[in-house]
Amino acid sequence: MLHRQSVISGVGETAYSKHSGNSVLALHLECALTAIRDAGLDPKDIDGIIPYIGTGVVAEDFVTNFGIPDLRFSATTPLGGASPVAALQCAAAALATGICRHVLIPIARNGASGGRIASRMREAPQFRTVAEFELPVGAFAPAQLYAPMARRHMELYGTTSLQFAEIAVNTRRHAILNGNAMMTKPLTVEEHQASRMIADPLRLFDCSLESDGGAAVVVSRADCARDLRQPPIAILAVAEGHPDSPSAISQRADLTRLGIAKAAPRAFAMAGISHADIDVAEIYDCFTYIVLCQLEDLGFCAKGEGGPFIASGATRLEGKLPINTHGGLLSQAHMVGMNHIVELVKQLRGTAGRAQVKDARVGLVTGYGDMGDGSLAILARD
Amino acid sequence: MATWAMAVWPSWPAIEAMNTHAELPAKPVPDVTPESAPYWEGLRQHKLLLQACAGCGQIRHYPRAVCATCYSIAVTWIEANGAGTIQSWTVAHHPFHPGFKIEVPYALLLVDLAEGVRVNAPLRGDPAGLQLGRAVRLIFENGGQGFVLPAFEYSAE
Repeated sequence: MLHRQSVISGVGETAYSKHSGNSVLALHLECALTAIRDAGLDPKDIDGIIPYIGTGVVAEDFVTNFGIPDLRFSATTPLGGASPVAALQCAAAALATGICRHVLIPIARNGASGGRIASRMREAPQFRTVAEFELPVGAFAPAQLYAPMARRHMELYGTTSLQFAEIAVNTRRHAILNGNAMMTKPLTVEEHQASRMIADPLRLFDCSLESDGGAAVVVSRADCARDLRQPPIAILAVAEGHPDSPSAISQRADLTRLGIAKAAPRAFAMAGISHADIDVAEIYDCFTYIVLCQLEDLGFCAKGEGGPFIASGATRLEGKLPINTHGGLLSQAHMVGMNHIVELVKQLRGTAGRAQVKDARVGLVTGYGDMGDGSLAILARD
Repeated sequence: MATWAMAVWPSWPAIEAMNTHAELPAKPVPDVTPESAPYWEGLRQHKLLLQACAGCGQIRHYPRAVCATCYSIAVTWIEANGAGTIQSWTVAHHPFHPGFKIEVPYALLLVDLAEGVRVNAPLRGDPAGLQLGRAVRLIFENGGQGFVLPAFEYSAE
């Protein structure tokens, strides 16, 4: 059981932009150093590393550049956008079993100035099925593969594009408060509705950004973090879940159910808390619909009620479940959700600036990746 | 891995000026595996072939090496009768691959076949008529480079 075995001791981010002018390795090292120093550690204290698969940067790069004398643990968690939160589970497992003491989880990318999304998609083996059978008929970009999930939800439950707009507009509002967000101008519902269609029903402003930058967290064994620089943010629970038919959405019996639906009950049981105890949530938002679907699969509302739940204003800063207080992938930056973990830690430390949720003590962060992989962590400041 | 991942495309400004399939980069074609070869060969003969487990009879799609029910690797191939209903759809407006630039917008259907599996393939018909459960029929199209691909049209009422 990973409950309270480890804490997030440090977080770090680079500036987010369309053109970093730095190498992906330099961005990794910058955000890693920021996170390690935030924790009050020396880079040589790091004895576990979980790099994001596919950036071209590996654990050995950190050993070389930081002179780490004895790396005891390295791994990758290949769940696409669910990887950073799944890496928290991997780190917590390694820490709880005593393999290591301080695990660095970094990600950095030139996602805007480097390769485009359509060419990146095909480079990973988890897309082999889609590449062979769906790419030739014209279904291959994430927007094209995920749109039928959204369409099915709309037709079954009456979910609307205006409800997607509320997610986009609310997220933009939070980005404007952040200070390190790529999108800094207000977005209106009308602008969302007028934005060009990418893959119906997903419009341009239903889609996340392509970004340059880096973000990292340090996870430490709880008994090794008591004297560090920041108040420790405890991992109450963490879990990952894989959807049915994980290689092809098209073959999934229930198109409206994501992998996180399997992981969420495990995580809430491990944390020993209920949904009402969550003060703030950072929900992976590669597309607006994916936010809505996760809120249902997490159990914050029933299946089919995500639209009205969003429309009620519940997820605004002043609502009962503020979400994506940093601006998310939609309006801060697409840092594969590592920025969601960083933001939740800031919220629970009480250092989230103008987007601070008052008295936030317990929070939830999710990841979503590839064809519906899911992950979530429940964190708390004691 | 699909071959187009490695292909070098012209720049997008250059692609902007291209308006025929002859000028544009070729559409991607599948990397066929030993498990899937009968499927692609069947399409060339205008048949949509599905794997039926020789051990337990379970029909599965996409083609793969083992039955997830009884774990038999033995398969027989059955021909789908071509009837299906719409499970969901999207209409692609942005061409993420230049090979599709002059085809957008195109509707992509997820179709529940009578045999109990799904097919992801384009609609040849008016997207204004799309609705869940609407009956469609399988058709076959030239996919270029020696491949035939599935598509759908609305069934006659």
